[in-house]
Amino acid sequence: MADERTDLILDIKNLKVIYKTDMEVVEAVNNIDLRIGRGKTLGLVGETGAGKTTTALSILRLLPAVTGKVLEGEIHFDGQNLMEFDEHFMHAIRGNRISMVFQDPMTSLNPVLTVGDQIAEAISLHNDQLSKEEIDKKVEDTLSMVGILPKRKSDYPHQFSGGMKQRVIIAMALCCEPELLIADEPTTALDVTIQAQVLAMMRELRERLGMAMLMITHDLGIVAQTCDDVAVMYAGEIVEAGTVEDIFTGERHHPYTVGLFNSIPNLDSRSSRLKPIPGLVPDPTNLPKGCVFSPRCEHCTEICRQQRPETVTHGTHSLRCHLFAEKKEGGAAHE
Amino acid sequence: MSERTNAQPLVKTVDLKKLFKLKGGALLHAVDGVNLEIYPAETLGVVGESGCGKSTLGRTILKLIEPTDGKIYFEGEDITNYSVRQMRHKRRDMQIIFQDPYACLDARMSVVDIIAEYMFIHHVYKSRAETYNRAAQLMDQVGLARRYANAYPHELDGGRRQRIGIARALSLGPKMIVCDEPVSALDVSIQAQILNLLMDLQDELGLAYMFVTHDLSVVKHISNNIMVMYLGRCVELCSADELFANPLHPYTDALLAAIPKPDISLRGKEQKLIKGEVTSPINVKPGCRFASRCPFCTEKCTNTDPEFVEVTPGHYVSCFKVNNK
Repeated sequence: MADERTDLILDIKNLKVIYKTDMEVVEAVNNIDLRIGRGKTLGLVGETGAGKTTTALSILRLLPAVTGKVLEGEIHFDGQNLMEFDEHFMHAIRGNRISMVFQDPMTSLNPVLTVGDQIAEAISLHNDQLSKEEIDKKVEDTLSMVGILPKRKSDYPHQFSGGMKQRVIIAMALCCEPELLIADEPTTALDVTIQAQVLAMMRELRERLGMAMLMITHDLGIVAQTCDDVAVMYAGEIVEAGTVEDIFTGERHHPYTVGLFNSIPNLDSRSSRLKPIPGLVPDPTNLPKGCVFSPRCEHCTEICRQQRPETVTHGTHSLRCHLFAEKKEGGAAHE
Repeated sequence: MSERTNAQPLVKTVDLKKLFKLKGGALLHAVDGVNLEIYPAETLGVVGESGCGKSTLGRTILKLIEPTDGKIYFEGEDITNYSVRQMRHKRRDMQIIFQDPYACLDARMSVVDIIAEYMFIHHVYKSRAETYNRAAQLMDQVGLARRYANAYPHELDGGRRQRIGIARALSLGPKMIVCDEPVSALDVSIQAQILNLLMDLQDELGLAYMFVTHDLSVVKHISNNIMVMYLGRCVELCSADELFANPLHPYTDALLAAIPKPDISLRGKEQKLIKGEVTSPINVKPGCRFASRCPFCTEKCTNTDPEFVEVTPGHYVSCFKVNNK
């Protein structure tokens, strides 16, 4: 997380997103800041309903038109604020400079088009000067890049297995060589051995293409093995962020991060009981008044219930917790 | 397994097979000759990738699916050819918890009715009041607040729904529960709560579990013994600690290597990846099922079925590479 702004491919400032229906207002994302350096991978970790996917959709401006609303904040992509542009401009960005890989490979492909046609569609949309042969060539190159035989381009999605479909989707996302790839739980639907293959392939392609990646996941193992930076999200807020070393080592952690680590059964030691976080994620239509984690936190004090903590930054490591606010009064760097 | 050699296994299968007939006469080998034993108050973990037959195995043991061949014993009694009526009686002792807490509960029944339903079917109590009273006790036991008694499943989150499923399975006082991926649809923090609950209930009630999952860290945490399945076959069976300390089958090795570990010291290190994908379980040819992906595959592996051999006490493997040593 360098200080030089020019090194950032994505810089989200103070983003607030709500879903509004006639009945209720869901506060999905609450004033978050996120930065991704060029060629770096940021892992966005959190449970269901934490607002990870909403954040991703806001970057691409794909929030549901009627209910989803960005209330505040700026999303700077390569120095430009995406919130200021029209739909036409976003068309040129989506799939070309920012791509997204969705969680479920089974439903992200069109069952009545061959996979070759689906990849070709993405290429021809953004490169109208290319001839048919050139596009064909590019489709074959992209398929072999993700380890699928080029001759399979005339097959339909149902002829592929889950892992192969996810490779096709990754191929589609990468065919225009984007500068930023948003991967929303790209391997959750896959078996472990296939997951390991897909992750290894994604790591290799990232090196080769030099793209930045936003890796959305709930699996801390995947984060440890693939990401440079980590942001832990809880109830629409980023409660802890830093480099992987900041999150996976050291003593100072947000109680929620500690709880997440304690919830995973350890492969190396045998403990009789896990130490889960008590309770449930708060209702996003009715968030706690103070710290969002206070109802589940074992270190909760009076101030936690009353006042929302500020983000405290210490080098690359930032925390949003009253436990650490007292000790580092001067270091608050909330923007 | 040594200290309880005299104890009788609660569930035992001998060469259990389930083949599904497909259109055109092809046979899908879902479960292909599995021998297992589950002892009282113990957990047998069954791991494998999707399509390896682990869920079919769980359901075949409960005879929710009729086995094609082989024998199933429950408390020493051969239940393989039991009729539906005879089985209904047996199901008081053998229950199942399903994977998807959203699909396995009747959306039109309230929580307390769902929990009480099995007790009404089996006429466990004489009066409605007694039955509902017991249902409320079960809610306490699985950590569901009584205020949810009249709620409907759609009002509750995944973790609470899974607790309903557990309460329902407990309602008849079973001796064994087949847990078919009970935590894979849940978030990690909720998953840990449910795992703790299942382990507490085992201590309290002396239940035996057959815990079917694809998640190796979960299975290690909860199991006494672990069975690794690949394409309908059991490739390795031993105690949980032994499996992780000393995996012998190349597939087990690959599975263990494939888990992303939350430890940054392992970053960038070369992983042992296995190539290819699970082959089709339809009309399988003789030979080791894993041969096409195995780095140690020899000609023998593609022709002959490896036997399931006890390599060291309590550690069974079916692999020529290991067995020949």
